[in-house]
Amino acid sequence: MSARVTNVILAGLGGQGVIKASDILADAAVRAGYDVKKAEVHGMSQRGGSVTSDVRFGPRVLSPMIPRGEADYLVVLAPSEVAVTLPLLRPGGLLLAPDFVPEAGLTNKRSLNVALLGALSAHLEIPEEIFLEAVRAALAERLHAANEQAFRHGRALAAQVRARTAGA
Amino acid sequence: MTKRLLSGDEAVALAARDAGILLGTGYPGTPSTEILEAFGALGGRAQWAPNEKVALEVGLGAAYGGGRALVTMKHVGLNVAADPLFTAAYTGVTGALVVVSADDPGMASSQNEQDNRRYAIAAGLPMLSPADPQEAYDYFFKAVELSERWGLPVLFRMTTRVCHSKSLVSGRSAPEVPKPPHFERDIPGRVMIPAYARPAHRKLRAKLAEIAAFGETSDLNTLTEGRRDLGIITDGVCSLHAAEASPGASFFKIGLVHPLPVERLRAFAASVERCIVVEEGDPVIADALRAAGLTVESKPEMFRFGELDVGRIRRILARDTSVEPPLPKGKPPELCAACPYHPVYATLRKLDCIVAGDIGCYTLGVMEPYRAMDTCVAMGASIGVGLGLRHVLPAEQARRVVSIIGDSTFIHSGVSGVMEMAYNPPASGHVVIVLDNGITAMTGQQEHPGTGRTLEHEATGKISIEGTTRAMGIETAIIDPFADPAGFERLLVERLATPKLSIIVARRPCVLAAADIRAWEKAAESSRVSASCAGCATEDA
Repeated sequence: MSARVTNVILAGLGGQGVIKASDILADAAVRAGYDVKKAEVHGMSQRGGSVTSDVRFGPRVLSPMIPRGEADYLVVLAPSEVAVTLPLLRPGGLLLAPDFVPEAGLTNKRSLNVALLGALSAHLEIPEEIFLEAVRAALAERLHAANEQAFRHGRALAAQVRARTAGA
Repeated sequence: MTKRLLSGDEAVALAARDAGILLGTGYPGTPSTEILEAFGALGGRAQWAPNEKVALEVGLGAAYGGGRALVTMKHVGLNVAADPLFTAAYTGVTGALVVVSADDPGMASSQNEQDNRRYAIAAGLPMLSPADPQEAYDYFFKAVELSERWGLPVLFRMTTRVCHSKSLVSGRSAPEVPKPPHFERDIPGRVMIPAYARPAHRKLRAKLAEIAAFGETSDLNTLTEGRRDLGIITDGVCSLHAAEASPGASFFKIGLVHPLPVERLRAFAASVERCIVVEEGDPVIADALRAAGLTVESKPEMFRFGELDVGRIRRILARDTSVEPPLPKGKPPELCAACPYHPVYATLRKLDCIVAGDIGCYTLGVMEPYRAMDTCVAMGASIGVGLGLRHVLPAEQARRVVSIIGDSTFIHSGVSGVMEMAYNPPASGHVVIVLDNGITAMTGQQEHPGTGRTLEHEATGKISIEGTTRAMGIETAIIDPFADPAGFERLLVERLATPKLSIIVARRPCVLAAADIRAWEKAAESSRVSASCAGCATEDA
């Protein structure tokens, strides 16, 4: 288990499933045995406005909010939110933008949130099966197949990129 | 019990269940709304009141009766409930009364960022301030304990980041079983005529002195010794940000924020070279400690505004008052694409109305493309403000003034504005549009007395908006502005042209809630039918 705190920001627009994705990530981190905190602002975001959610996990987490410019990972679901949220990422941090997972590869395009979570998972020390348990626990059974496909697809894409980068 | 990831709101609900709270009531308001919803889902008796004042009075009655009661609201809700609150401090309670007030520093979803720690001072009530969901759970039992021990309502101050952050919470395995309610007459203690209120005030101050002494030794206030060169006094979620911003410092974390443990803080301040108070909002603790003669540093004025976080606390500690980088400017919220209110705002803009607005989703009518709202102040204020404008503006402008208010806001406090309208009508008349989408939409679709369904969506008494306004003698028309935008415009033009008083109920369900409303109403309707059939059968028997 990593000794430091891992900071992930998920961002997008109201209705895209940002909060759902952050719930899944936080639950997976809990299942993996980490201390976990998450923070987001509800309310106005339900009306199509910008939504961001901070998820932090590690041996012990203090503040629920990620200090600005210190996110290790920034996962963005809406193209319009990339430039806005980029200052939240630390230098050398990883951005996963929505075009990382092309819509065509998804059984259900509404699963982009879970697909990007799959891509993120390839970089984290949390086992894939734990993530999939968290995905299933968060969603109604009829959505399981499409979201498991999305998760695996996102994870495979990220693994390919990592392999290419390592080989280069 | 295994640890679970809970929000602060959910942790309070769980604690309320485990502490044997008999009744939870309140009015929806971000970030407090989920407490009662979660309490209801856990099997607690949870109900929405028409407004926060009524909620507090219901909770007070339950606590006079010896029960344990919980009342929830957002910070501005406590303004509405302040009248009974201040005198409840004199009468005290027999059971327990915990009043949750959820502040919103930074105004994520509020019209102001008032600091409700000031209410504890003003009303003379103890106030607890948890930092995270686990503390919210643990402190809730302390609040109940304090309330019963001193027979006082206890204020429970949360903030957006405590309410809506999630972290791991472990609960108690065995719920408390409080004493059953029982009425005991105490006329001098509970009837606040001046002759009884004068001694009651002295009694309150004596209780506060005892609670202050309790705070000097209570584990609600904790000292963490660290470096001698820096001591940080802090409360609430700031204590977590500060611990991260300055890991080696000495900390005094205040859980009981009123009354303050002044003597322990005096010793703490004297034990470190530099002592600074890190608190969100107003410098409430810093001012109180300085008034008590302590040498403590307060944050620079620029940090009164907005939320604090790790980065801002680093700046406070470094005395860095340089201009802060702006927060990321995301996409602002807007009316839903299929919101039934679009035609209303298009018409108001087209007719160049002067619009006294109110609090709810429909406040978003102020955004582009409509910009069709000229005032928004407080729940229910649209009607009084509209009337005031009508009374003084020149005739040509007065004729264009419209008040606009949602259904839940109308029930909350708009209805008293209608009484004012009937009683003191402006010479030019007035037009009030009630935007009735059948739900408290802004806070996430909660029921209210106008829906005829309880917090848990079961059938109950229903307040008719048009029945209420017609009973006050105001001509009231009902129209679906989405189905008939041209008819809505004709109606508004016609009403604005006469010097009469009129109400237009623009009725169509919230697009986000419509499917749920249909399902709830279907279930409620069948229970209404079976209830009336049961009555019929009894008569026959």
